[in-house]
Amino acid sequence: MTVGIVVVSHSRALADAAVELARQMLPGRELAVAVAAGTEDGGLGTDAAAVADAIGQADSGDGVVVLMDLGSAVLSAETALEFLDDDVRERVTLSAAPLVEGLVGAVVVAASGMTRAQVAAEAERGLAPKQAHLS
Amino acid sequence: MSVAVGTDDLTAWLRRFAEVVHERRDELTALDAAIGDADHGSNMDRGMAAVVAVLDDAPPADPAGLLKKTGATLVSKVGGASGPLYGTFFLRMAGAAGDGDLDDAAVARAVRAGLEGVVARGKAEPGDKTMVDALGPACDALDAAVGAGKPLADALAAAAEAAVQGRDATVPMVARKGRASYLGERSAGHMDPGATSVTLLVEAAAATLGRP
Repeated sequence: MTVGIVVVSHSRALADAAVELARQMLPGRELAVAVAAGTEDGGLGTDAAAVADAIGQADSGDGVVVLMDLGSAVLSAETALEFLDDDVRERVTLSAAPLVEGLVGAVVVAASGMTRAQVAAEAERGLAPKQAHLS
Repeated sequence: MSVAVGTDDLTAWLRRFAEVVHERRDELTALDAAIGDADHGSNMDRGMAAVVAVLDDAPPADPAGLLKKTGATLVSKVGGASGPLYGTFFLRMAGAAGDGDLDDAAVARAVRAGLEGVVARGKAEPGDKTMVDALGPACDALDAAVGAGKPLADALAAAAEAAVQGRDATVPMVARKGRASYLGERSAGHMDPGATSVTLLVEAAAATLGRP
C-alpha cells in the first residue's frame, strides 16, 4: 500500500520547495509526490486539467491525498475531480490541511504504507505540533 | 417567435466577450488590485484568448461541444479562481444544452444550469460580493422574460440590465468569498471584479444572441 500525494499551488516554486522540505523526512525512501502548480507561462495560477494529470501520476491504485494552498487551488482541485474516471475519483481525498505542515505529515505516513484515511488524518493534524508549542 | 441559437451565435458571443475582456483588461485588474490579487483582467484575457484560439483552429461543430470546449479551456488557462468558476459555468451550460441548436427556453435553462454550477463550485450566496450577485439577478430576469414569452433579444437585454444593477450593488458589500474576504470590512466601497466581468458576459450575450 502506497498512497500518492499531489501538491496544488499557485506557485511552482512554492510547491517544489514544499515538496523538497517534506522529502527531507524520507531519506532514501520512494514516494510518488506530483505537483500541479503555476500557469503554463510560469506565472501564478492553477490549472484543473494539470491537477487531474498529477492525480493520475501519483495514483498507483492505492489512492491519492491532495494538498492545496488557497483560493483557486481549492476550486481547481475540486474541478479536477470531474475529469477523473469514477473509480479513480473514489480514491482521491482533497485535504483541508495547511499545505506545508500537512504535506510533511502526509508524506511520512504515506511512505510508511498507511491507508489514505490515515494519511489524510495525519495531514489534518499538521498544525497540532506548532499550536502545542506556541500555546 | 423563438430564434434558434446555434454554433455561429455562440461563437459570436464568445468572440465578443473576449474582445470586451481584452479592452477592459486593465480596468478588471485594477478592481482586483483594490480587493484581491490584481490578476482578474489578465487572467480572463488569457483564458478568453485561449478560447478564441480554439474557435479559430478547431471549432466544435455543435453548441454543446462548443460550450464544453470553452469550459475545459477556461478551467485550464485562466489560472485564478475565475478559471474553475467560468469553466464550470460553460461546462454546466453544455450539459444542459442537449443536442442541436437552442431555442429561447433552452438558452434560459442552460444559463440557469451554469449559474447553479458556479454556486456549487464557489459556494457563494447572494450578498457575498461575487459574480453570483450579478449573474443570479441576470438569470432570474432571463427566466422571467422568456417565461413571459418575450423574444430572446429582449430577455437578454433585461438580463443585462439586471446584471448591471447586481454588479453595482456589490460596491457596499463586504466580501465573504475569495481573496477579497481576507480584507474583511476594507473590501466595502469597491466594485467586485467577478461581478463586473460576468456583467460583460451577459452584455455580450445581449449584443449577439437572439437576433434573426
